[in-house]
Amino acid sequence: MNTRKYLLPAAVAGVLAMSLSACGGGGGGSTASSGGDAAANLDGRGPITYVQGKDNSNVVRPLVDKWNAAHPDQKVTFKEQSDQADQQHDDLVQNFQAKNVNYDVVDVDVIWTAEFAAKGWLQPLTDKMSIDTSKMLPATVKTATYNNTLFAAPQTSDGGILYYRKDLVPTPPKTWDEMMSMCSIAKQHGIDCYAGQFAKYEGLTVNAAEAINSAGGTIVGDDGKSTVTSAAAKAGLNNLVTAYKNGNIPTQGVTYQEEQGRQSFEDGKLLFLRNWPYVYNLAKTDGSSKVKDTFGMAPLPGKSGPGASSLGGHNLAVSVYSAHKATAKDFLTFMTSEETEKFYATQGSLAPVLSSLYDDPTLVQQLPYLPVLKTSIQNAVPRPVTPFYPAVTKAIQDNAYAAIKGDKSVDQAMTDMDTAINSASQ
Amino acid sequence: MSTLAQPKRAPETPSPKTKKVQKEVGQDRAATSQGRWAFWLISPALVLLAVVIVYPVVNAIIMAFQKDQGLDPVTKVFVQGGPAGFDNFVHWLAQQCGSAACAPGTLGAQFWSAVGTTFFFTAVTVVLETVLGFWMAIIMARTFRGRSALRAAVLVPWAIPTAVTAKLWFFIFAFDGIANKLFGTAILWTGSEWPARWAIIISDVWKTTPFMALLILAGLQIIPAEVYEAAKVDGASAWQRFTQITLPLVKPALMVAVLFRVLDALRMYDLPAIMTQGSNGTTTLSILVVDQIRQGFNSAAALSTITFLIIFLVAFIFVRFLGANAVASATPKTTKGQDK
Repeated sequence: MNTRKYLLPAAVAGVLAMSLSACGGGGGGSTASSGGDAAANLDGRGPITYVQGKDNSNVVRPLVDKWNAAHPDQKVTFKEQSDQADQQHDDLVQNFQAKNVNYDVVDVDVIWTAEFAAKGWLQPLTDKMSIDTSKMLPATVKTATYNNTLFAAPQTSDGGILYYRKDLVPTPPKTWDEMMSMCSIAKQHGIDCYAGQFAKYEGLTVNAAEAINSAGGTIVGDDGKSTVTSAAAKAGLNNLVTAYKNGNIPTQGVTYQEEQGRQSFEDGKLLFLRNWPYVYNLAKTDGSSKVKDTFGMAPLPGKSGPGASSLGGHNLAVSVYSAHKATAKDFLTFMTSEETEKFYATQGSLAPVLSSLYDDPTLVQQLPYLPVLKTSIQNAVPRPVTPFYPAVTKAIQDNAYAAIKGDKSVDQAMTDMDTAINSASQ
Repeated sequence: MSTLAQPKRAPETPSPKTKKVQKEVGQDRAATSQGRWAFWLISPALVLLAVVIVYPVVNAIIMAFQKDQGLDPVTKVFVQGGPAGFDNFVHWLAQQCGSAACAPGTLGAQFWSAVGTTFFFTAVTVVLETVLGFWMAIIMARTFRGRSALRAAVLVPWAIPTAVTAKLWFFIFAFDGIANKLFGTAILWTGSEWPARWAIIISDVWKTTPFMALLILAGLQIIPAEVYEAAKVDGASAWQRFTQITLPLVKPALMVAVLFRVLDALRMYDLPAIMTQGSNGTTTLSILVVDQIRQGFNSAAALSTITFLIIFLVAFIFVRFLGANAVASATPKTTKGQDK
């Protein structure tokens, strides 16, 4: 009787706790050795599937239709994922773990490429599978390269642009110090001076990496070990810390993601904004935009010239489990061809990876930010290309955030960041 | 609880002692075949439970004792980590990364603060929701014009999906959002520690108080009106009627409601994930688990096993506490009349 008295509550508690926390478990691990998979099916031809996140500007379907019309025996099926990056990542991981043969060509964010390559899920683009990258911007190729091997084809790119108010600042600042000295102009007009993305999320990694790289520092070396304790790296982060402390970055700046900064800039409350090219169209055409004709664009300011932007964008990769790799490779070439890139740029405002397109007069007329973006991407440094990216970005975000808010010194933040990055890759 | 206890007593009570001896043999056989029959009837449910609950939990526990995949220094390709013993658990509980303490900026360094945050959120939100929910339930239990309209209105926050609620409050608590405009303040609601915590508590209370109110209302409605009338005739004051009649009689329903909310709050994820991304001291255990899944499944399995044990322990304490109470009030008296 006495045991029953204890057992019943225990059993009920167990069932309750289980049913409430059962969703917490993760997927299973799978073997990473896939030398056999990478060598198989290189000549396979037949129908394939292309997997990508939500096609918001409807550019993929017309391209797939075009391909299918020309290749009736090697049709491509388009599988659309959700529009959330995290969900796209997890969906790819699950399907790779299940060795899904129906995920032939996948669209991967530049920051996932190294992780997927190290897991052995991406087909190395060598020998029979090799593609021509000579016309592509070098920084974009770097994001697709892991361990000196190309694992994906750069498809679209993205870089940071400095939006400024040309009615208040006739010539844009070339260096960070110059920009900070112009903050007195903002003060005179009663507006905020500078904002980027300083809330604690991936955007902060982008901005902190830009600050560090622009000052001449680096985050990880070629061996994957942290290099953030260098004087240059510290000086880079210190630029942000000082700017936040003296008010050049407004107090609410630590809550800004892309949209809050854009809103403030379009309301005319911000002098300088670091953001992506998408802001251009909105600031020009939004009914509520007060800066339609009074804003300009410039490369990010650096130490003595243009700053080092972080890179956005996506790469195309072939799954090692694909049964029709020859078709997949042809499709890769088709999707990164000049014609497709141009279509992407005009229809979807997606920045091309081919440097020639940035000088194309018709394109520049339609997308006036292209010349600035070219400078930005030419000087860009990819975010750390490491298979431990989730841990590395977490280490950067947590410590940069604490330093900017003044919760810890720059020295302490960089020491902690260093330890955290290195412990991630053990 | 009572539903679990009832079928056990049912066969005992109706059989008088005299007939029991004569019928024992036949009864036994009947009971055996009935038991077999019952087994086949419930086995589909058991199989289903095994597949959806036992398998994932056992699998998670097995994974928790495996090392995460590590990078082969030569080929730079991930390889299986092999058995880990209790390393993953030590990693979380002692906040050890390798041989050193986890540096700030790693998930490992956040375990105990996440435990603290989770329990803080749970304690504060459940207390607030119970008090406010009780108050709302008492109002809703009264008879007045427009009662059904009020009940429907109260339910609205509960009917809105949590993710939508979170986005809603995210905009309200934005720097140039309604909250700051209304009070003329310039608080960084999602950008500094205590305001961020209170922002999440306020949204959670707003959302789940109706749930609490509804469960308590159900408990209030089974209290017969005569009891109150009798107490009134005896000259009990309103406060005495509340503490001597309402509270004890509503206690079983209240306890179930509190238990549900506590377990629910212990795995809080969506509100902080959307409102603050876990920054500024709002990382709960569930957020930590999800972050860790992207860094290594096996450590995440260990962490979710620890979370499971924590929730189990809390649930056990509650059920034990509740169960003892139910047994005490059920066993001594089969006759009418309640005593305290």
